[in-house]
Amino acid sequence: MALLPPEEGWYFKRVAKDEKMWIAIALVVCLALFFWMIVWHVYGKQNPSFTTYRTTPQEFNALTQAFIQKYKIGEEKGIPVVEPPPNSDVFLLGKMWAWEPILVLKKGQEYRFHISSLDLLHGFSLQPVNMNFMVFPGYDYVLTFRPTSTGEFYIVCNEFCGIGHHMMIGKIIVKE
Amino acid sequence: MFRTCDITGLKVDLRAERLIQLNAVMAVVSLLIGVIAALLLVLTRWQVVHLLPAEWYYRVLTLHGLNALIFWIVFFEIAGLYFGSTVVLNSRMSSPKFGWLALTLMVLGFLLVNYTILTGNADVLMTSYAPLQAHSLYYLGVILFAVGALVGVFLFFANLLIARKERTYGDSLPLFTFGLVAAAIIATLTLATGAVIYIPTLLWSLGIIKTMDAGVYKLVWWGLGHSSQQINVTAMIAIWYLGAFLTVGGTSINEKVSRLAFVFYVIGINVASAHHLLVDPGPSPAWKVFNTSYVMYIAVLASMIHAFAVPSAVESAQRRRGFTKGLFDWLKNAPWGNPAFSAVFLSIIIFGFIGGVTGVVNGMEQTNIIVHNTLSIPGHFKGTVVGGTTLAFMGATYYLIPLIFRKKIAFFGLAKLQPWVFGGGISLLAVSMYILGAFGVPRRHYDITFSGGPFTYTFNPATDFFWVLFAIGGIVTVIGALMWILIVVFSVFFGQSVRGPQDMQLQIASPPPPAKEHHGFEAPGTLTLTLLFMGVFLIFLLLNWGWLAAMWEVR
Ligand SMILES: [Cu+2]
Repeated sequence: MALLPPEEGWYFKRVAKDEKMWIAIALVVCLALFFWMIVWHVYGKQNPSFTTYRTTPQEFNALTQAFIQKYKIGEEKGIPVVEPPPNSDVFLLGKMWAWEPILVLKKGQEYRFHISSLDLLHGFSLQPVNMNFMVFPGYDYVLTFRPTSTGEFYIVCNEFCGIGHHMMIGKIIVKE
Repeated sequence: MFRTCDITGLKVDLRAERLIQLNAVMAVVSLLIGVIAALLLVLTRWQVVHLLPAEWYYRVLTLHGLNALIFWIVFFEIAGLYFGSTVVLNSRMSSPKFGWLALTLMVLGFLLVNYTILTGNADVLMTSYAPLQAHSLYYLGVILFAVGALVGVFLFFANLLIARKERTYGDSLPLFTFGLVAAAIIATLTLATGAVIYIPTLLWSLGIIKTMDAGVYKLVWWGLGHSSQQINVTAMIAIWYLGAFLTVGGTSINEKVSRLAFVFYVIGINVASAHHLLVDPGPSPAWKVFNTSYVMYIAVLASMIHAFAVPSAVESAQRRRGFTKGLFDWLKNAPWGNPAFSAVFLSIIIFGFIGGVTGVVNGMEQTNIIVHNTLSIPGHFKGTVVGGTTLAFMGATYYLIPLIFRKKIAFFGLAKLQPWVFGGGISLLAVSMYILGAFGVPRRHYDITFSGGPFTYTFNPATDFFWVLFAIGGIVTVIGALMWILIVVFSVFFGQSVRGPQDMQLQIASPPPPAKEHHGFEAPGTLTLTLLFMGVFLIFLLLNWGWLAAMWEVR
């Protein structure tokens, strides 16, 4: 009785059989979903957010430049191409409106990505695998990736970061 | 001070009525701006037309978000709160003066925000994530609007206290008003969070505070951002119950259950925002899992309860009227010629099947990796806020026009069609956006060909097809919205006056005959529909998890 006060004794009216059934089913599904998220942390291989450190744009930029110096193998369109060894720390920098450097990785190997921004928020969107993470200035987001497919991959920025946002695209090459 | 409504018999405080009318008018103005912006955006994102230049795309996107998602809905909700606390309760407005103050502040905020956006001083999108900065007047506008809305919410509580003291209604609040109470409590918490984040941001834009931490800003902002959507959901569901009652005389099979579900909303809100932070560097996995599961339990469960309670209220009333053949006789013989009924029913279906199903994938810690910041996200909330809330509000207006504005509905034939056009368009738009997002197409992105960038990337060719559906869906939705605006504006300003019950084009259903004793299910049709929903939901979840498992490994 949406517009009128409820009828006398409404509080003590028994819940209908189908209502009870439905609520029970819905509750079980909700609980199952909750436990599934935890189970995935144990058995699943895709979980966001592992470790995060506080940093500053200056510090992170310095770390990235040192990383580029160490493993640089060439340049493409003025962007350094870097091939780090498996199991190493990889630095990826987002800034208006570019990703730096271009990475060359090996399939099946683990890499500890450190991702941060020099200025605004950016979005790390890896295509075509379609994995999406946020990139913050001041936060060193550490994600351990293991590429499971080879080819050329692109990092599309998918968080608005000013008028040139749609030109912000980076590259990762995965070799056998 | 009062008139007695010759149709419903309710006492209407004329001072409240004026405020309801003005807030509703502002809501329509906001929606019109939002809709025009939407058309420009659809024609820009669809790369075949690519209408606007880049900076205007982001500007119009900011304009669209604030008008369609904030101003339209909040103005309408304030009108709804005044309606639910005075007219419905046969009571008076506590303080019309403060009502005018609230309205003035809100209009001032509305003007400042729209002015700064259109002059290019606030290209920050709706979320305005720091350290992206707008002109100080933009933040001031948001604060003024929020403070005005908060005054409106407090007036609602004051009205309730007066009605209670003067015993203008029975012992318990009507369910509709009870739902509004839940919405108002959430609104109070939300608007307070808004102050916590927008006041320092204003000071920062003035140079008084030196730095804004991006992570902290985003955390607190979503305390405002998502909970504000829960106000909409709660208000929408209150309207669902109202719609079921007005159109077929439907009442909850068990009001205790419906009320409990509203209480769940209030409890589940505070941390509901966690799912916007699932792939952020800040919060820990434990924090993410706990907070999103908390929402799973409480807010999702509450929604599922309402999703059963509202259609079953309709079913049970219809069955008592004699539509008992088979599972769906009640639905077939529902008043489909009443646009308020079709609007509510479509709103339930779209909210559940499109908004609800996708929302759970977005809200689970791991599957969020697939959708975060892709076009799937606006696809999801096109299902909830536009196909759900906006459509329900549109439906409610068909009663508001004759009862509060005392005008007949102009172009009544068109009005019967309007919910179908709008609901059909938005369904197509939402689904195609969700699919485009699944292919990785980003949201808030001017040029999916990346022209001017160092590289180019071409999305799966299948996306071309879904972009066409996107464009069709978007244009049909805009047409549906413009139809509604035309009907409303024409009725209110140039329409024929309503002189009595004989001028009422929509039925106000009389209560159905009391139920006969029976065994078995109260609402087998609704149970079938909700089980169907659960099946779709589980299949959709399974697909998404399967897909997640095929991605690169990450931890
Ligand atoms: Cu960016």
